[in-house]
Amino acid sequence: MTAAQLLSIWLNARLAPDARAWLNESIVRLCNSGDDAEVYLAISLVARKIPRDRLDLTAAEMQAAEALRPGWNPRDWDFDQAARILLLLALDAQPPRLAHCLEQLCITADLRELVGFYRGLPLYPEPARYTARAAEGLRSNIKPVFTAVAHHNPYPSEQLAEAAWNQMLLKALFIDVPLCPIVGLDRRCNAELAQMLCNYAHERWAAGRSVNPELWRCVGPFARDAMIQDLERVFSQGTVTERQAAALALHVSPDPAAQLLLQEHPDLHRSVTAGELNWERLIATE
Amino acid sequence: MEPAMQLIDPHIHMSARTTDDYQRMANAGIVAVIEPAFWLGQPRTNTGSYLDYLSSLVGWERFRAAQFGISHYCAIGLNSKEANNPALAEEVLDLLPRYLLKEGVVAVGEIGYDDQTEAEDRCYRAQLELAKQFELPVMVHTPHRDKKRGTLRSMEVALEHGLDPARVIIDHNNEETVEDVLERGFWAAFTLYPHTKMGNERMTEIARRYGSERIFIDSSADWGVSDPLAVPKTAQLMLTRGIARDDVQKICYGNALAAYSQSGQINEQDWLQPASIDQRQLFEGNSVLRGQRARVGDAPGSPDSSATESDLIVE
Repeated sequence: MTAAQLLSIWLNARLAPDARAWLNESIVRLCNSGDDAEVYLAISLVARKIPRDRLDLTAAEMQAAEALRPGWNPRDWDFDQAARILLLLALDAQPPRLAHCLEQLCITADLRELVGFYRGLPLYPEPARYTARAAEGLRSNIKPVFTAVAHHNPYPSEQLAEAAWNQMLLKALFIDVPLCPIVGLDRRCNAELAQMLCNYAHERWAAGRSVNPELWRCVGPFARDAMIQDLERVFSQGTVTERQAAALALHVSPDPAAQLLLQEHPDLHRSVTAGELNWERLIATE
Repeated sequence: MEPAMQLIDPHIHMSARTTDDYQRMANAGIVAVIEPAFWLGQPRTNTGSYLDYLSSLVGWERFRAAQFGISHYCAIGLNSKEANNPALAEEVLDLLPRYLLKEGVVAVGEIGYDDQTEAEDRCYRAQLELAKQFELPVMVHTPHRDKKRGTLRSMEVALEHGLDPARVIIDHNNEETVEDVLERGFWAAFTLYPHTKMGNERMTEIARRYGSERIFIDSSADWGVSDPLAVPKTAQLMLTRGIARDDVQKICYGNALAAYSQSGQINEQDWLQPASIDQRQLFEGNSVLRGQRARVGDAPGSPDSSATESDLIVE
């Protein structure tokens, strides 16, 4: 099974006959054509031919997605976005051409298209071709474009170099989108990022602004010395949620001082070690 | 007191305007704008800058407007001034099909004549063909100089290419052109642009004389001395001077909507029930306001009720 086959099955099961016929004929035409203009036209025509409803995938379909491409979460995908990716994947056998066309399509895209193209990042062949494009999406000031790359998408954690990954995390905090839906969040934590995040927290504190408690998730595994003092400050001055976040961060810190500090808060220490408290639950109850 | 009127400015170059303008427009009752592709006040010298401009019309500007509760649509085309650079024009014409089917593109425009050169004529005709092919209405810019003949020629050529006049909007009309436009079945748009095009006292007299069928107004506000509140001010002036409310509503809202909704890309529900469309959710991410509250959800008002009539005049 390929991603294209999966998308095709999902769409064919949901589209009305005329839309289905148009889509399947277009795929055949693109497979047999060397003309990029045909690709652009077919993908533009999706707006007129394919409805914008949510795919609303079943549990079994979501499992098939996860099995095919771990971390790929098409929960929020719409018909038209899936159709555009499926049409692009007609060029699957020509990775350089697919990359060229996608770049041109991104340059001229409207917002729905752009969000769809970024959501498709984990499905394109030779994924290393798209790192610059992904970084461009992460530079966007349009939140839905940013989250199309950053959320429910395994591409960044697999392909982005550390500097770009760290910028993505900082920007997520900066534009106030949650970190939780970022795939590979814990796996890609690093010392440089932890330091940048603590510096960012200091900036926020200096300005009298609040700090997103999720920030400490990426600090915890590298928390030593001055960072422990930052977490101590969160304990002494933070809200309930912030204190819970500090406890979760201290729990995974390699610094023995962190464990001593955590033991000073026996209730939190207990719920963290017992697994009652975790990041997902913390965000859900916030 | 009657509820504030919802208004549309169906020709305004928002890329050249500030966030203050968006806020004032939303406060004055403007719910939707149409931004036709135009020049930048100086000619572009390469296709790349044209491409980025068109991308901003279907992307960033649409997003920016939504932050202020204004629905943004656009018309895509090669304007008559830059049609006179043949190398640029050729490449831009090739580019247009990549934009004409984008979300919120309600017309091919603004296209037509400026100096009425051969190059302009060729580009105008090529774009009329694109409008037919992509099933879009046309927004025609009529020339400042030799206006009457230019307007007649624009209509003749559109008819020659088989366009339905009910799908063609002739813009920047005045007292000298309006009758020819209406009698041929085209839409007649009037631009309230200080000092060069129409003033709104004259516009009020046109409304009195010709009624409200197939007539609507716009500001064409851009980087020049122009007024993004020209539509709300004129609506108010017309009401003050005794034009029936129903007529004002058609001239300042309903007719533009009817003309451009033939594209299938603009629908009253976009602003009447914004929560029901995922367009709004898509645009909700707000980074333009940088920490301020978006205007979305505020009730649009009419122009400042303390305004005196002289505050409403666009000369």
